[in-house]
Amino acid sequence: MFPLNETGMLSGLLCGILFGYVLENAGFGSPVKLSAQFKLTDWAVFKVMFTALVVAAVGLWLLRFAGLLRPDSIAVPQAALMAAAAGGALVGAGFAVGGYCPGTSVAGLFSGRLDALVFIVGVLLGTTGFAVFYGTALRSLKSAWLIAEGDTFTDVYAVPEPVVLAILGVALIAVFYFGSWFERRGSGTVSAQQAVEGAR
Amino acid sequence: MSTSEKHGNPEIKPFWPPLAAGIALGLVLLLTFVLSAHGLGASGAATDVVAGVGLQLAPEATKANGYLGPMVADGSPIGSWMTWEILGVAIGALVAAFTAGRFRVQLDGARSVGTPKRLIATLTGGFLAGFGARIAGGCTSGVGLSGSAALGISAFVFLALFFATGMLVNRLVKGV
Repeated sequence: MFPLNETGMLSGLLCGILFGYVLENAGFGSPVKLSAQFKLTDWAVFKVMFTALVVAAVGLWLLRFAGLLRPDSIAVPQAALMAAAAGGALVGAGFAVGGYCPGTSVAGLFSGRLDALVFIVGVLLGTTGFAVFYGTALRSLKSAWLIAEGDTFTDVYAVPEPVVLAILGVALIAVFYFGSWFERRGSGTVSAQQAVEGAR
Repeated sequence: MSTSEKHGNPEIKPFWPPLAAGIALGLVLLLTFVLSAHGLGASGAATDVVAGVGLQLAPEATKANGYLGPMVADGSPIGSWMTWEILGVAIGALVAAFTAGRFRVQLDGARSVGTPKRLIATLTGGFLAGFGARIAGGCTSGVGLSGSAALGISAFVFLALFFATGMLVNRLVKGV
């Protein structure tokens, strides 16, 4: 019966190695490739993220349906909507300014990008800054607009899980359809060759 | 495939198509849930490093800190699942970049915006992302990707604001 609750070194290393291998192969070590999503000229970020979340979400549902995964056994982020909105906006702003997010900056550094190392220093400083300023204001920001009834659409709004998955499936098709349309109209997607050559 | 890829360095292998990369990433995420009961993450490792280094350099201040204190109550969080995972990300990315001929030491963005501006932009971006991730309790991978695969409401709020703000700021600032 899953999950195995393996939270040791081997589990961490294995998941991380596979994660990093896929991130770099997707092109997500390159700030040129990553920021092209915000310019709407290369939709790899949307396409990869949406595909991954649908594959994982359907996989989790199938495992539960087959009785292999204990219900309510996997971590769901708390429905603190103000924190999610404010944090999402800041991470998005940081991504647009710096060209990375915390995970992709590691893929960037280990494909040779020294600007990614500076980004990581920034992440560590930002984390330290948060800890230093952590007090009443940040505490209340983190707990504002908290949905007490639960954390998922199924728990709070009683939307059956297959319906949520179907909506996500439609959204996935839309992302590929509109994304490819934008890519054909724009200056073209960022190839590996262009990414290795660096921003120009 | 672009013209430069056709006529460029044949040693440089192309990136995986987005659909293939997305399916692979989804399966890795599913494996992570099945193994560890939680998803993939990144900024959590930064928090563990800050708490662990803080415990070494300024033990009293770290233990007294409202945010870091509870994390170091049972000793240094360096060695947590998340810190091993991020070490794995480094190894996996290094192997991928090397085997595909895509490893090149460079200051990406130095040519397009100039070295000083690039350094300021990437440091500022990292700071904003690090601070924001602590507000949300995770970053693009932890809340955005893993949280949405777990169908969490806050994950979709995070992603919506992440992309809206990213697109807006991208139009105002050229960081790369």
